[in-house]
Amino acid sequence: MFHPTAKRLSRLALAVAACTSLAAWSAEIRVMCYQDGNECDVTKDLAKRFEAANKDVTVIVDTVPYKAITEQLPVQLGAGEGPDIARVTDLGGLNRFYLDITPYVKDAKYWEANFGKPLAWLRGSPADKGIYGLQSQLTITGPFVNKTLFDQAKVAMPGPKATWDDWVTATRAVAKATQTPFAMAWDRSGHRFAGPAISYGAKIFDASGNLVVDDGYKAISKKFVDWNKDGTMPKEVWGGTGGSSYRDAFEEFKNGRIVMYLSGSWQIKRMDSQIGKSFDWIVAPNPCGPAACTGIPGGAAFVALKRTKSPKEVGRFLDFMAQEAVYGEMIARTENLPAHSGVAAKGVTYNVGPASKAAMNTFVGEVGKLSPVAYDVQGYKLNRAIFLNTVTRLSQSIVGEMSTDDAMNRLVKDIDEAVKAAAK
Amino acid sequence: MSQSAKADGDQGKAGASALGRALAWLPALLEPVMRFAQRVLGARRMPWLFLAPNLLIFGTFTFLPIIINFYYAFTGGVKLFPSERPFTGMENLATLFDCRDYFDPSTCRKDIFWQAVYNTAKFAVLQVGLMVVFSVITALVLNRKIIGRGFWRGVYFYPVLLSPVVVALIWKWILQSQGVLNGLLVGVGVAPTEWLTSASWMFFWVILVSIWAHMGFYTLIVLAGLQAIPKDLYDAAQMDSASPWRVLRRITLPLLMPNLLVVIVLALIRAVQIFDEVFVLTGGGPGTATTFLVQFIYQTGFAEAIHLYGLAAAASLVLAGALLVLTLLQLKIAGGGEIKDGKAKGGAGHA
Repeated sequence: MFHPTAKRLSRLALAVAACTSLAAWSAEIRVMCYQDGNECDVTKDLAKRFEAANKDVTVIVDTVPYKAITEQLPVQLGAGEGPDIARVTDLGGLNRFYLDITPYVKDAKYWEANFGKPLAWLRGSPADKGIYGLQSQLTITGPFVNKTLFDQAKVAMPGPKATWDDWVTATRAVAKATQTPFAMAWDRSGHRFAGPAISYGAKIFDASGNLVVDDGYKAISKKFVDWNKDGTMPKEVWGGTGGSSYRDAFEEFKNGRIVMYLSGSWQIKRMDSQIGKSFDWIVAPNPCGPAACTGIPGGAAFVALKRTKSPKEVGRFLDFMAQEAVYGEMIARTENLPAHSGVAAKGVTYNVGPASKAAMNTFVGEVGKLSPVAYDVQGYKLNRAIFLNTVTRLSQSIVGEMSTDDAMNRLVKDIDEAVKAAAK
Repeated sequence: MSQSAKADGDQGKAGASALGRALAWLPALLEPVMRFAQRVLGARRMPWLFLAPNLLIFGTFTFLPIIINFYYAFTGGVKLFPSERPFTGMENLATLFDCRDYFDPSTCRKDIFWQAVYNTAKFAVLQVGLMVVFSVITALVLNRKIIGRGFWRGVYFYPVLLSPVVVALIWKWILQSQGVLNGLLVGVGVAPTEWLTSASWMFFWVILVSIWAHMGFYTLIVLAGLQAIPKDLYDAAQMDSASPWRVLRRITLPLLMPNLLVVIVLALIRAVQIFDEVFVLTGGGPGTATTFLVQFIYQTGFAEAIHLYGLAAAASLVLAGALLVLTLLQLKIAGGGEIKDGKAKGGAGHA
């Protein structure tokens, strides 16, 4: 006969053993996620559904600031640390840390058929055929316009083929008539700058595929610096900070301080929820330059990372998220554009107001007008070498530290040094 | 005293003596270990045993990173693991020092590095100089019998307790184009200023914010020095009808010198290492107007398109060199500024 204490202790030991074996059996996936709107919240929700169907896997979604993704994640990965999955925007740049999940997805052809182009953005080279992650949203850059100000100023809004110069003239007239401080603002981002640059004829790559700062790039740079200096744009957005840090101009637009705001489709949810009925806003087609009328594609992807100890489970989770019904729901709830061609073809029912719906349609319409250069630069793994250095150098030019010509010369050297260093 | 209170008291005493007995066992437990250690190491080496834990922590978290940093400074590429990084010798230092004219950053290959060097030097000189002056003035005022002295001391010390990020955000809200300061200016009919995009204004504000945030700490050191000055020296000066200015020059400042040296050295080292609040407040801008050396290191290593750890490590060697020079200078000056036989160098007592 056992002593009651011994009985209790043996029960406890049994319980501990059971818990330990359960923990050893269950795989844990950590997802490092940043969000513009509610992307991580929705992912958490969908992960719970995945866990219900896959009792052996626990998915933990850690919501982090965007800076953690751009600055801390690469260092963590370089040190062999980090999460199992991360939501990144430097799609090709982190390729050396990605895990090919082809062996762990049910149907690789399904992925190829539905995520063709974005899959290529995650790859290291054209010869690479791996599946490294799920493009959780497709984004297109484009301008938001304060329609109420145009109506108040009784200025006709430029048409679909209007040039950047036309828009500058019109928004200046609106700003003057309505006493709005500034006509226009662009996010402090080389990615955003690339759309107008390509429209002005920037080829971004030379014949050998190397990054190049050509006449088109220089032309829009000069215009952009001049617009900042003459007060068309608020100097504070690009000139108010140093280095290459990202800064958007959403607050300025929300507060009615600018007439036109170049950002991208990911802002729709913020526009919808934060501007509300303060004023009417629309998305205009990307203005034209001499060479094109293009924005630039982009977006964020959930990528599988090599350091994971649960590659199968990571593959399974991403495969679950990629399924048409789940992906469609994620896109609808996050109010983003789908990168999944099947979902795009069927159409997404967004539970949004008419302004957001119209904005979505305009951005979807922009997809077909994107320049091939825009796709190429988005898929180039060292695109940050041109994006970030452009921000630093143009900001210096805007605040008068150097001429635009000197800024361009410096940019060429910066890009050259960055590319050479990356090759070592 | 009630019975129950007495019982409680007895119980407390009993508990304390039980604890005392338990603690008394500790030395007894440790003694054989110490005796064994002494037998093995010998009495002369025993201090090392006591220093070992601290040395281990210092070695792992301070000395080892210095060695790793030194190694990184002579390697290239973008890989993080030392074994994967190609040895490049002096290349990183040569890149940093590649200049046609060291006094014109635009002629340097790494123009932003040299801009950061000059900004840091300018900042250190101006900020430390002003900080010392303001700290002394504030301490002199707070040392007087003024109404609400305790309150004012608290007011001046309060910003020291704030996180640098909080300090920076508060001032950002004040200085941005739609901020508090411009609101006040417009209120009194003055045109608003774009503080954040004006290089000279921003440099001024960075110095002011940094003085505001740290002055309380240095004021406290000066205040401690003021309170240590013997009162009879002031009484003697008063009997000699010395003017307040003469008292300040001949008694207060000379006897404050050891404290002022501490303030200068600490403030100088802190100024050369300036990063957090400025990075949040200005991001180094406008342009590179407030980019300092530590920010250059951070950006080169962690925030730019390609993470150049080697170049960042080389720049941090330059910073370490500057700090070493400052520290040696301080040791030399401090050696010459000691008070000997109750008299400070500079003629205290000759009021």
